[in-house]
Amino acid sequence: MSYMKALKCRECGKEYPKEALHVCELCFGPLEVAYEYEKIKGVLTREVIEKRAPNMWRYKELLPIDGEPTVGAQVGYTPLVKADNLAKALGVKEIYIKNDAVNYPTLSFKDRVVSVALSRARELGFKIAACASTGNLANSVAANAAAAGMESFVFIPSDLEQTKIVGTLVYGGTVVGIKGTYDEVNRLCSEIAGKYGWAFVNINIRPYYAEGSKTFGYEIAEQLGWKLPQNIVVPMAGGSLITKIHKAFKELSILGFVGPVTTKVFGAQAAGCSPIINAVKEGTELIRPVNKPNTIAKSLAIGNPADGYYSAKVMRESGGWGENVTDEEIIDSMKLLAETEGIFAETAGGVTLGSARKLIDSGRISRDESIVVCVTGNGLKTQEALAGKINPPTIINARLQEFDDLVKAGGKEYAVRA
Amino acid sequence: MKKRVYLTYPKEQVKEPLLYQVGKNFEVVTNIRQASVSDKLGLVALELDGEPEEIEKAIQFLVDKGVKVEPIELDIIE
Repeated sequence: MSYMKALKCRECGKEYPKEALHVCELCFGPLEVAYEYEKIKGVLTREVIEKRAPNMWRYKELLPIDGEPTVGAQVGYTPLVKADNLAKALGVKEIYIKNDAVNYPTLSFKDRVVSVALSRARELGFKIAACASTGNLANSVAANAAAAGMESFVFIPSDLEQTKIVGTLVYGGTVVGIKGTYDEVNRLCSEIAGKYGWAFVNINIRPYYAEGSKTFGYEIAEQLGWKLPQNIVVPMAGGSLITKIHKAFKELSILGFVGPVTTKVFGAQAAGCSPIINAVKEGTELIRPVNKPNTIAKSLAIGNPADGYYSAKVMRESGGWGENVTDEEIIDSMKLLAETEGIFAETAGGVTLGSARKLIDSGRISRDESIVVCVTGNGLKTQEALAGKINPPTIINARLQEFDDLVKAGGKEYAVRA
Repeated sequence: MKKRVYLTYPKEQVKEPLLYQVGKNFEVVTNIRQASVSDKLGLVALELDGEPEEIEKAIQFLVDKGVKVEPIELDIIE
């Protein structure tokens, strides 16, 4: 049973059938899935959800599929960690980490969007999955396609480091490196998507794909005891996640699962690629593209974000704001999160926590209000960013005396057995 | 064939009639679907209709003039 009504243009409102379409023929605006909320109200309750298995499909009536999910059945329901040590370090009352660094199966939030995209793609008759990606999305498409028995094509810039593609190659799909500037590679991928009838998850399947991000928001609300946080800080690359988290909160409110949405939504970017933050800070609606992103947070380095305009709007209208951080601040916050909460986030997590810290220090986020910081990927994937930035291990010879000397040099007393 | 692109004009090209020149120099039909122009930036959502080689040449002409030419989906390498 599907509760999808239609695809609808976000600009002019024209409706389209629920097919593999993504752009309005009339105004070129992006298409988004519209639902029949009255019908959903009749079947979905908080109690129904709570009885279901702990994965993101517990909210399936609010996701764009006709039948049961067929890809990524175990994805989602990642921990929402009440981060008391971090709260103490930052001098705030209540802070949580929504930790998609441990999302299944490829350790990033992309597994949410990809499993929705491929479940829908199969319903629409597609046999081949594809994407253009330099990291998390590539890993997720390759892995989820393999598990679903689908063929996959992943397109990458030819100069991408070998270490970055192992986590994609291992799943056995076809990986194609394309020579050229970023814009040339980007244009070619769009042409391939137009020419070959494949399920390009973030192109022709994008309206369905993007909806998967809503589950990140549903889970936060449920894990807070069906409450919305007062503040949420979200990393932004293309800008889709931040808009979908806000959409998720609004949907839960429409269904009566939570009260009115008063959450202030904050966006985070790296200083070396801040097209959306720049627009928010300058108070303009125009997103000026960044032609040469320069940041260690590669997973956020999107110079001309597709949802930039809509993300800026969400921040403005919710009473939130945006902030950006330097590479040094990113690393500092990655270390703080690891040292206080035992969570090793990828560089994007450092961007989000670093921006949250600035927003707290500047008073944009009140120290007395609840805060959720969104971690969307795993630090094991971006270890090179920390090279030379953390203390190396101390090396000694295999002699007890050398260890004793080391302890003594540390200046701290430890009890020893006689 | 038809091709949909997003053009971002740099500040110094905002006043130039580049799409007129595209229509004059190449065998393509240009059809503007959305546009936003300020003194700092020009954004145009454009449909190009013509033979693939002519469309390629038209795009190269715009790139050479400093215009950022992207698919209508903008950055798709995530």
